[in-house]
Amino acid sequence: MLSTFFAVLRRDLLLAWRGRADVMVTLAFFVIVVCLFPFGVGAEPNLLRAIAPGVLWVAALLACLLSLHRLFAQDYADGTLEQLLLSSEPAVLWVLAKILAFWLTTGLPVVVVAPGLGLLLDLEQGALPVLVLSLALGTPILALLGAVGAALTLGVRGGGMLLALLILPLFVPVLIFGAGAVEAEASGTGALAHLLLLGGGLAGALALAPIACAASLRISTE
Amino acid sequence: MMQWESWSAFWDMGGAGFFVWGSYGVTFAVIALELVLVLQRRKETVKRLLRWRRAVGKDGSGRAGARMES
Amino acid sequence: MASGSIDQDNRMNPSPRGPSVLRFAAPQNFYPLAGRLAPWFAVTAAVLTLIGLWLAFFVAPVDATQGNVYRVIFIHVPAAWMSMFIYLVMAFWSAVGLVMNTRLSFVMSQALAPTGAMFCFVALWTGALWGRPTWGAYWVWDARLTSQLLLLFLYFGFIALTRAIEDPRRGDRAGAIIALVGAVNVPVIYFSVKWWNTLHQGASVSLTKAPSMASTMLMGMLVLAFASWAYTLAVTLWRVRPMILERERHTEWVGAVLDREGGRK
Repeated sequence: MLSTFFAVLRRDLLLAWRGRADVMVTLAFFVIVVCLFPFGVGAEPNLLRAIAPGVLWVAALLACLLSLHRLFAQDYADGTLEQLLLSSEPAVLWVLAKILAFWLTTGLPVVVVAPGLGLLLDLEQGALPVLVLSLALGTPILALLGAVGAALTLGVRGGGMLLALLILPLFVPVLIFGAGAVEAEASGTGALAHLLLLGGGLAGALALAPIACAASLRISTE
Repeated sequence: MMQWESWSAFWDMGGAGFFVWGSYGVTFAVIALELVLVLQRRKETVKRLLRWRRAVGKDGSGRAGARMES
Repeated sequence: MASGSIDQDNRMNPSPRGPSVLRFAAPQNFYPLAGRLAPWFAVTAAVLTLIGLWLAFFVAPVDATQGNVYRVIFIHVPAAWMSMFIYLVMAFWSAVGLVMNTRLSFVMSQALAPTGAMFCFVALWTGALWGRPTWGAYWVWDARLTSQLLLLFLYFGFIALTRAIEDPRRGDRAGAIIALVGAVNVPVIYFSVKWWNTLHQGASVSLTKAPSMASTMLMGMLVLAFASWAYTLAVTLWRVRPMILERERHTEWVGAVLDREGGRK
């Protein structure tokens, strides 16, 4: 059973490596969105420091949203998805593998470059580890929730906008606790409670989202 | 008029007329709009289905190429 | 909206021959029942609304601290209740549809959504108009207002998804999934927003609404809540009827209904 998991994971990572331009585009989008903010609100360091956690988190959320349509679209178009659904392997397993591969190629790069962007926005250096940790806990939740939306909107006209409408409200709690963790650390109140809640959210999403996602894929390919 | 000395006092709502009547006015306007839309949708559906039935034949057995024009 | 090629299994189950209440789960029985019940609910709603408005404006006394502005509460609170309640009912019908595979349940949840969104909008609108004189701003990022706004977005997502998918069978199930995912998230959203709010809220905004509520105020609110309940039932049943006709258009009984309708004009 686990061999399916690793086979799908390996295949998706390989495909992502072949299309690495897409991954770079997501990352570049994240960087550019963050860099736009000083132009919009002014380069006053105090202001930038105050809004840095929220800006970084919103940008990460948008980057995730923009790449979500890639999660199943290719497999849906070439029939791989149907094959996988017809196979006797439990769908939850390979769905989870696909989501993990997706996170490794879009979420993880964002987590890695975020501290550098935090410095650009004059975020306090002590808060950088918390920023990394909150993104590492939070972006997998975004990928898991987003996968359900991506599965439901497969092949639907206007799918991209629809996907945003469906899942952005669901992202709000993650945004609150993610940005809140960084802010709490920067202001000295401690980020433990936020991070624990994010971890709890991740555990809940890991348990429920793959099931909902597998059911959604069945509905969309019927 | 247990609460109000006059109609003008009633409409004025102690200076808050805009807020109170703005709330109630919009609420009932939205409800009226919803009712109109629901009734309109019913009429439109019946009309469309009647047209569709004529297109596929009265017994509804004209299966070939029968599609709904949306 | 729903267009698709004809196929035989494009019908709602279960079979019309069932015992007891389940009989009305069959569309050909539910359609006339809905038609008979809806006007009664509509009349009930109208009567209760008149009584409620009379209580709201002529019986309930002026509030000592807020003056007459507080009279917005009589529609604001019932609308907010309804908008949340309708979402739960929608999720309930979606779950029933997914588990029991009854297509009528999906139609019910889709017929409820626009009314739920309408009440959500009314709650936001009246909240804003009430907020201006009491808090000095049309909008504050209060936990309740913010969750209400997110609930409106959830309604929009559900409506947009079910309308965008052409195949009704797929649209039904996809909508049901998103309704359930939303229902699981509603409490999470509410508590996260509340948490966020307690951290950020400035001291200037205090949200004590109508501190000591007179019993006549409560009466007015309850009567209007029942009125909006009856209204929701009436409007949903009216909305369900053409949806059933559309989906069951290949059956004989819809043919008979349409012939009657056509002859009437």
